[in-house]
Amino acid sequence: MTLRGRVHKYGANVDTDVIIPARHLNLNTAEELAPHCMEDIDAEFAQRVRPGDVIVADTNFGCGSSREHAPLALKGAGVSCVVAKSFARIFYRNAINLGLPILECAEAVDGSEAGDELAVELETGTIRNLTKDSEFKAKPYPEFMLELMRAGGLVEYTKRRLASEKR
Amino acid sequence: MGMTLAEKILAAHCDRQEVRPGELINCQVDFVLANDVTAPLAIEQFRKLGVPSVFDRQRVAMIPDHFTPNKDIKSAENAKMMKEFALEQGLVYYEQGRGGVEHALLPDDGWVLPGEVVVGADSHTCTYGALGCFATGMGSTDIGCAMATGDIWMRVPPSLKLVYQGHLNAWVGGKDIILHTIGDIGTDGALYSAMEFHGEAISQLPMESRLTMSNMAIEAGAKAGLMVPDATTLSYVRARARREWQAQEPDPDAEYAEVREYNVEALEPTVALPHSPGNAVPLSQAPRVEIDQVFIGSCTNGRLSDLRLAAQVMEGRQVHPRVRCIVIPCTNDVYIAALKEGLLAIFAEAGCAVSTPTCGPCLGGYMGILAEGERCVATTNRNFPGRMGHPKAEVYLGNPAVAAASAVAGRLAGPEEVLGSAPK
Repeated sequence: MTLRGRVHKYGANVDTDVIIPARHLNLNTAEELAPHCMEDIDAEFAQRVRPGDVIVADTNFGCGSSREHAPLALKGAGVSCVVAKSFARIFYRNAINLGLPILECAEAVDGSEAGDELAVELETGTIRNLTKDSEFKAKPYPEFMLELMRAGGLVEYTKRRLASEKR
Repeated sequence: MGMTLAEKILAAHCDRQEVRPGELINCQVDFVLANDVTAPLAIEQFRKLGVPSVFDRQRVAMIPDHFTPNKDIKSAENAKMMKEFALEQGLVYYEQGRGGVEHALLPDDGWVLPGEVVVGADSHTCTYGALGCFATGMGSTDIGCAMATGDIWMRVPPSLKLVYQGHLNAWVGGKDIILHTIGDIGTDGALYSAMEFHGEAISQLPMESRLTMSNMAIEAGAKAGLMVPDATTLSYVRARARREWQAQEPDPDAEYAEVREYNVEALEPTVALPHSPGNAVPLSQAPRVEIDQVFIGSCTNGRLSDLRLAAQVMEGRQVHPRVRCIVIPCTNDVYIAALKEGLLAIFAEAGCAVSTPTCGPCLGGYMGILAEGERCVATTNRNFPGRMGHPKAEVYLGNPAVAAASAVAGRLAGPEEVLGSAPK
């Protein structure tokens, strides 16, 4: 599957409090959360973002709280994937579990600017910057993570596991 | 080759003789928790699995604490949904007035124990590592699945050994040690790793101060922050444990990704300046900014010993006229103890607003939200932009004595600056 969209670029340590501020944690759906996504560091984000867009960020993206509302809000806003130099671990799990693709690739982060058009091939981890005509290779997913994603996320994976244990 | 404390605990929970960093394991869990913010999503995911009940109803807790007593209708609906699920399933559940902030409540009530694996839908689940268990925060989907299966996939983390030598100065405790450490290694300094805290300074720390340290392991990016159980741990746990438990300790020849040594003799009260827990500086080097609010409470520093420290500074003094000082004991038991000891009277007479347990203002939920440009000294764990309200508000993190002194001085201040002056 190829994802295609424009870059929204951020620095290091983008925390879950700015991805979705806690004052909105009384909301539970992607649609309700989306209008508030990133509002504390980028007030125009929700208006500017278009379906398929890509968030590109420096190190430790998604640090802080365990709120799954963060990847949910990004998905609701139409973000197709996040490319960062590194991810905070709880955010990493949450994104995989909910089916928000995330890729670790320092070169793509350094080689992309806000507004650039990216094409991301998840199977191969290839990130192409169409604006700059450059290509990068993301760190491959561990086999188990691929298995989870192929199953359609942790809930589907667990469902199958429970069904096979019953047999 | 030996194993670290984290490796020993994880190996024992996946029936293996040994595990090594980087390995993916399926791990049995001893306890699973969620709160009023994370439980609704977890319950939704749990229901999709189609199983009738959780793996063990005495090993799953639902704690209303973040926006409770309910702050608005949506929060009330979430809390109601969680409560109905907890009652239907017969889970561990505490109603308002009998419980408190999850990470203070669960160790204090003997639900989480040494040697165990605990997963919670809250990033500060790592608090319990102070008891010598492997406790880690996850999202709602992971927790919804763990509630059904009683296990979870995990990657065995590398361990980072932190050794603290020397004796602590007056007014310096676990909060200062951990802020200093995060300032040193950075907010991703322990990313994906288990921190293992050692040394004579840790041995001398009382249990509550240790819980404060492990609580903030996540602020360095860590998966867990563990301490080796000793006499202090055992006397705390024996008085509370609700189950049998088996403590573990690291092997003498355990292999660490890194060992860092600190000497705490020169450590001052430490403050994290806006807008990161990693912006830690000794109080003597922090700017004496005027402040608008002080918050003493949270799963980091809302325990009885924290309130005692704050009361020691505040007794017989008045909160500065410009400042609102909010004091929130972290559990109902702490509230009662503080009431009986007269601490709540000291706070109320000093002009503090004293509330019943809630996470409330720590995460900008309610009960003390900051306006644009306001400054707050808080005993909490995070000071990201917008954490306690307006994104242009500023939060300074410090220990309870610093928070109390700042409330009296009307600016960022240390206890000695206030105690030096005659009580008013």
